[in-house]
Amino acid sequence: MSSAEPRISVLGTSALLFEAPGEMDLPTQQRIWALAREAETWPELREAVPGMNNLLLSFVEPPRRLDAIQERLVAAWQAATPLPLGGRVVELPVVYGGEGGPHMADVIAHTGLDLDEVVAIHSAPVYPVYALGSHPGYCYLGGMDARITTPRRKVPVIRIPGGAVSIGGAQTGVSASDGPSGWNTIGTTSMRFFDETHDPPALLKPGDSIAFRVAGVIR
Amino acid sequence: MITILSDSALATVQDLGRTGALRWGVGSAGAMDRAALTCGNLLLGNDEGAAAIELQVFPFEACFEGEHHFALTGADCGATLNGRPLLPWMAGRADPGGVLRLGPPANSRWRGARAYLCVAGGIDVPIVLGSRSTQLRGAFGGLEGRTLRQGDRLLVGAAADERPRPVEIGILPPALALPLERDGLPALRVLPGAEYEAFTIASREAFWAEPWRVTPQSDRYGFRLSGPPLEPIAPMELRSHGIVPGVIQVPHGGQPIVQMCDAQPSGGYPKIGTVIDADLWRLGQAPIGSRIRFIETTWADALAARDELIAWMADVRRLLDLYRARSWSR
Repeated sequence: MSSAEPRISVLGTSALLFEAPGEMDLPTQQRIWALAREAETWPELREAVPGMNNLLLSFVEPPRRLDAIQERLVAAWQAATPLPLGGRVVELPVVYGGEGGPHMADVIAHTGLDLDEVVAIHSAPVYPVYALGSHPGYCYLGGMDARITTPRRKVPVIRIPGGAVSIGGAQTGVSASDGPSGWNTIGTTSMRFFDETHDPPALLKPGDSIAFRVAGVIR
Repeated sequence: MITILSDSALATVQDLGRTGALRWGVGSAGAMDRAALTCGNLLLGNDEGAAAIELQVFPFEACFEGEHHFALTGADCGATLNGRPLLPWMAGRADPGGVLRLGPPANSRWRGARAYLCVAGGIDVPIVLGSRSTQLRGAFGGLEGRTLRQGDRLLVGAAADERPRPVEIGILPPALALPLERDGLPALRVLPGAEYEAFTIASREAFWAEPWRVTPQSDRYGFRLSGPPLEPIAPMELRSHGIVPGVIQVPHGGQPIVQMCDAQPSGGYPKIGTVIDADLWRLGQAPIGSRIRFIETTWADALAARDELIAWMADVRRLLDLYRARSWSR
């Protein structure tokens, strides 16, 4: 599959989605951060919000024609160099498996690994925060080991609790509050990621990192 | 002050929604039918985006503790004030102690699912991250970040002296003024999404040709629809990316979910399309169990639809101003 060119699509009339080509990695994400910093200064855009190697660009007003802003985005992407955002590392103690990790069995079944292997592989890296999204204060993390990649669930779960540590495809993350999710929950932690009375309201920002420490494994 | 008398599940304080907080993972929330909220506020001479109470479970009962001008828009719920019937999409005045009651949405010429109780001065809850809308996930905005309960008392903002006075006149609901149907079913215009071409031709054809039922698992987060299974040509695992209300995701199960106002602002399921912003209010009024149709549209036509809605709203505003000026001079 040829994927040297970025892909730009519409999200109705309210936003564009810019998707970077290539494998998901940190240098590409650092270019996304650079593109976001540039694009959020454009007057026709309200926000430029990084996702995982992609960028949502919301309109103040939808433009009559899309070609001009699309060309501008591609030019800005080609000129963008990786922007390293040095941040802090937050350590989170995780209890893996048991009631707090109801989908651990699905991850084990899909990957063919055993419980201890999944836990060891998941807790080894220091995960960079690529982006915020999903719900208030939630962090999308990069750097998960591909061996524990597990597809999202066929039908999303109506309610998973705050603090749920989960895997969706090649990604992992921690839910910041109760809510629906299509990911596989493998463990649980406790941390306040969001406080609407603070400025900024989110605990973490792109460029910070999360380290998971094994606080327990329930068999 | 307004006191909630009924045990009103799922009623919330909403305005036109929260913008500019996506970077912290905060979605828009806001009224499911923004046209109804805006019209209610126009009837009262409020700012267009003043906060109101969104109702979606009936009956609903509330008591006005002071003298208040109010307007009811959205679904026609056979409302009464102290037992006297009220017309829908109309402003009225309540004396202190007046009891407002709304029943289930009527099966009238248009059938809605959500009603809006707007009050002159607006519902006065704190502005959080730029909006008064209730953000249920994370529990902030609105009244303590939650749905309303029996006994809740809501403050009403002071209607400033220079504000245009409310007028006791009605508006033709947009469901009648701007109807959109396919084969007798309410229809929504959709711009094909990034993964549209990745679905089988049969699935794409069925998406436009078949009716879609609004299942009981439909709420302010999203409308889960049922119909023919939509199958991708090959399985897809996408990287998480920002999304907006109206995006139609198709999880692996093949049944589409339209993201609504409380939807998370990002996701990873394939997107077959997006209901255009100008038609989202129609979906917000689609009752559970009802059927809808999707109509394929283009960027130019989607903007034309947006222009039409804005122009209709401007007409409403102009006519109300005119009527108001005449009633003053009388």
